[in-house]
Amino acid sequence: MSKAPQVGADEWVARETHRREYLPSWLGHAQRLAEQIGWWPRLLAAGLAAAALPLLGLGGFLLQVGIDALVDALLAVGLNIMVGWTGLLDLGYVAFFGCGAYGFALVSSGQVGPNGIHLPSYLSIPLVMLATAALGLLVGLPSRRLVGDYLAIVTLFFGEAFFEFTNNVAPATLGGPNGIVGIDPISIFGHQITTNAGYYLLLVVVLVLTMAVLRLLEFSRTGRAWRAVREDPLAAGSMTVAVDRVKLMAFASGAAVAALAGTIFAAQQISVFPTDFDTPYLILIYAGLILGGAGSIAGAATGALVVMVIYDGLLRSPTDSGYLFYGLILLTLLAKLRPWRRLGLVLAATVALGFAVHAIAAAISPRAVAGSPGSTGWIASALHDWVIVPANATVAGNYGFVALVCLLIALVQVGPRWRTILLPPTLYLAAFVWETRLSVEPAITRQLMIGAILIVMMIARPQGLLGQRRVEAIT
Amino acid sequence: MSTKGIMAGPAGPEDGGDGGGSVLNLSSLSLSFGGLRALSELDLRVGDGEIVSLIGPNGAGKTTVFNVITGVYEPSAGDVVFAGKSIAGLAPHSIARMGVARTFQSLRLFLNMSVMENVLAATYGKTKAMPLESVLRLPRARREEREARELAADVLSFFGQRLAGYRWDQPAYSLSYANRRRLEIARALATQPRLLLLDEPAAGMNPAETHEITELIARLCTERDLAIVVIEHDMHVVASCSNRVVALDHGVKIAEGGFDHVANHPAVVEAYLGRDPEALSDAG
Repeated sequence: MSKAPQVGADEWVARETHRREYLPSWLGHAQRLAEQIGWWPRLLAAGLAAAALPLLGLGGFLLQVGIDALVDALLAVGLNIMVGWTGLLDLGYVAFFGCGAYGFALVSSGQVGPNGIHLPSYLSIPLVMLATAALGLLVGLPSRRLVGDYLAIVTLFFGEAFFEFTNNVAPATLGGPNGIVGIDPISIFGHQITTNAGYYLLLVVVLVLTMAVLRLLEFSRTGRAWRAVREDPLAAGSMTVAVDRVKLMAFASGAAVAALAGTIFAAQQISVFPTDFDTPYLILIYAGLILGGAGSIAGAATGALVVMVIYDGLLRSPTDSGYLFYGLILLTLLAKLRPWRRLGLVLAATVALGFAVHAIAAAISPRAVAGSPGSTGWIASALHDWVIVPANATVAGNYGFVALVCLLIALVQVGPRWRTILLPPTLYLAAFVWETRLSVEPAITRQLMIGAILIVMMIARPQGLLGQRRVEAIT
Repeated sequence: MSTKGIMAGPAGPEDGGDGGGSVLNLSSLSLSFGGLRALSELDLRVGDGEIVSLIGPNGAGKTTVFNVITGVYEPSAGDVVFAGKSIAGLAPHSIARMGVARTFQSLRLFLNMSVMENVLAATYGKTKAMPLESVLRLPRARREEREARELAADVLSFFGQRLAGYRWDQPAYSLSYANRRRLEIARALATQPRLLLLDEPAAGMNPAETHEITELIARLCTERDLAIVVIEHDMHVVASCSNRVVALDHGVKIAEGGFDHVANHPAVVEAYLGRDPEALSDAG
């Protein structure tokens, strides 16, 4: 290996890793060091760090965000079995989560029978996981014949059917829209978990263990068969892989992981409602999986954590969502605008444009600047004399939003020169719409933001945060 | 069974009767897609340790024969008998587990898996460990994994330096075209077949690589004790490696026998080049 690479013998390809470019100076060294750390130490470190967070003062609202994020991460690593490894687009996945939660609720509350059923956790959780895995087998049956879009539609119907079922069927047992309340806590070795901190720690442990199990599966006989089926079902069949069986195993395993997440979710929330398992939540799970990188366990977990922390944590408070909004815009400009002269020009023009517009608007009518920005804190005071917020901010914001969408469409159509010219007004208009409209409507804004983040991700890194870039066979 | 012009290969039928010496027996095999007759009344016998070449113009039905043998299509009529058992209508993976392996004309590797994993994936049928055993690293799972890796290293080493150790952990998509063809053969070998179906193994290869693959086919036959059916357009390959040549046109067998016999057979010449103008004028 000491000789120079022989191009003819493909050694050039073989030594790809030696030719990788690293960042300059100490950053490159850090990169090399980080690459040498294996998967298992990383999992351990991430798990310990997550477990230590409550000790560092994570509590209250943030602890609840952490719990939501961990449940979502558990769901994402389960979904990864079907979507990332086996290539089965299952759009009814959230129903398995619901089955886990409802199943646990039924056998751990006063809902069924005069005295209710109160199974101990060590029985109820495996039981619910097994039952949901069996349901996964049933739902997976059509996957033997249906692939791609067709399977997606059929499973989407299953997800919707689950929602309608829990909402309408047997209200005495399932509670209809009122759900099931008064669910027992999970107890481990006789110790009941009743605090949020307890559930947070339980979720960290369960997530780390699940990821470890899946990692061992990934490079086993079964994991290889799953990925072979994703790559080419026909070739996999010709190479002794029982394709149908392997697909069903993926469905059952994914469903079992989702059910596990459901049981902890139900116990922590003490209640379950049909709306907890609706399609918007499914989209969030998928957003996490895609953002993190489908096919990678660590990617799925990381992506889900990032999406949930942004969606549930940052985008709920106007101040934090403001940081995220302006931060993302600045980062994108810094990363994409070259040369530096152009970046400086655009930023300076945007700042100047803002003060000019504000001054002109104030001179024409005081009502045009009578409102106050939706942001709070130092962002609001910094923007006070820059962005105009009229007295009737809602109406102006609506028009501004339409204009912003038009400008954005124009921006991607025109050439580089016009793009530079159009950028400052677009940026200013974006700030205007944010301050008048978006920051005061977090429920809608956070969905828009997740969509925007996914679009940026698709352009910048299509394989996801930790995903491996995949090639498609051309046949 | 066809009787005309079978060149007695090195491994002729050992016991007569129902052809116990033959690995594969296609008897009056027909396949129709709707109104289109892809194969009609095809008889083909492949003996132990024999290399049979399947030739014919594009669309003659050569790959379709492979697809019927490996269970991708179910025959409309006729039977496929492998090692004395009828395999017509079985699932592809069951047929593969019985000992029929193939490669694909348009390469069908698991591109985003490593070279090693491509070969390991083909050991699925020979291993039995359940997911839980693999997770817990129980003895059977560990033993099977070790044996699978030994087998994979063995079949990959068959290609010498071409698929040498340093390449095992690279993704299959990083391989050159010729190496992808080699990896497909290695993957097929990992299923431990008795019959190997090679679909245009030399397509897209340069003359040196074509020569190499010709030698390789002969080595596969002798060293691995395989019966081989080759679809190939390169007549040098066909001439130098096959015991027997079968020519197809429009799903019908038009000639069978030694290479010289088939290559000069009027029906074969006509299928490839069209009818002799003199013959046409005679007919008119």
